[in-house]
Amino acid sequence: MLNKIYDWVDERLDITPLWRDIADHEVPEHVNPAHHFSAFVYCFGGLTFFVTVIQILSGMFLTMYYVPDIKNAWESVYYLQNEVAFGKIVRGMHHWGASLVIVMMFLHTLRVFFQGAYKKPRELNWIVGVLIFMVMMGLGFTGYLLPWDMKALFATKVGLQIAEATPVIGPAIKTLLAGHHEIVGAQTLTRFFAIHVFFLPGALLGLMAAHFLMIRKQGISGPL
Amino acid sequence: MSEKKHRVSRRQFLNYTLTGVGGFMAAGILSPMVRFALDPILKEEAGQDMVAVAQVKDITTEPQRFDFKVKVKDAWYESEEPRSAWVFKDENGDIVALSPICKHLGCTVNWNGEKSNPNRFFCPCHYGLYEKDGTNVPNTPPPAPLDRYEYEVKDGTLYLGKAKPRGEA
Repeated sequence: MLNKIYDWVDERLDITPLWRDIADHEVPEHVNPAHHFSAFVYCFGGLTFFVTVIQILSGMFLTMYYVPDIKNAWESVYYLQNEVAFGKIVRGMHHWGASLVIVMMFLHTLRVFFQGAYKKPRELNWIVGVLIFMVMMGLGFTGYLLPWDMKALFATKVGLQIAEATPVIGPAIKTLLAGHHEIVGAQTLTRFFAIHVFFLPGALLGLMAAHFLMIRKQGISGPL
Repeated sequence: MSEKKHRVSRRQFLNYTLTGVGGFMAAGILSPMVRFALDPILKEEAGQDMVAVAQVKDITTEPQRFDFKVKVKDAWYESEEPRSAWVFKDENGDIVALSPICKHLGCTVNWNGEKSNPNRFFCPCHYGLYEKDGTNVPNTPPPAPLDRYEYEVKDGTLYLGKAKPRGEA
């Protein structure tokens, strides 16, 4: 049945080369854990991506209940966690996944660093990787505020003070992030929400696409 | 170990395994999220408390409008929503409490709302008409009779519950 549908579409649009291009590529022996178990270190990039996919999915579902408003944010989180079926699980996936992304990304960075895989001709990919790291940190920072509990509020106040400590433009950055000169409140929450679910994920998808295109174009770095 | 003797080739076996494991993982990730999203249709409909609306001695054979409030719990938001009912005693002396919400497109109907149609409920939006007992008048827009509130009488007080379509109340 599925085969027939596929053949029908393929006959008209010739889609086979499209996915063949993506799916069929040589995995060199030194990258294959079946040959050298130590090659598991090459998995961390893929694992980062895998957890990122879970983050995007669970985040999309969470917004079905979450409200980015100072009066309703905490209540809506409480509701989705305690009254909605599997709310604990879905929120838990997003909560723990957030930490896991950072861990996996860090291990991936360490592997690339200690193997010297960032060297010519892959410098650009290293730069994009660092940008992805910053975007991930931004996602963590903005997402932390969204439950609008005491921990979130004061963590954000601290974070904003760190931003404010930047020479010259510090106060401007802080106001831009918080949406107000003094108050960390209604406008901070809506801003952080917008940044968390639209701006940074958009940037992340673009950067990841560049990251993957480059590694496919250049191939994975050779054995040590 | 020649492949010809096996009906499932090595490549096929690996394909099946990969699809199976991948499917299992995808299901593990997606099923809690899907159940989470489907929660509203699987939640039991919340019952509604009966609310005191009027004194039975005030109810006549002429429909009168009584306003009351019901407690509504909308997820984390609790509020009191205004409701109203057209209440009267029918020829058997039984109490009838009609919902004022027109069955056509949800406007609010009035008793004797139009002079040329006395003793009928009238909806000003599209000139819908209902008889006193709530039956919709043929050839006017409403497709069904007005809903009736569930009611009970305790110690001379009328309590109303949910409005239900005729036949269910």
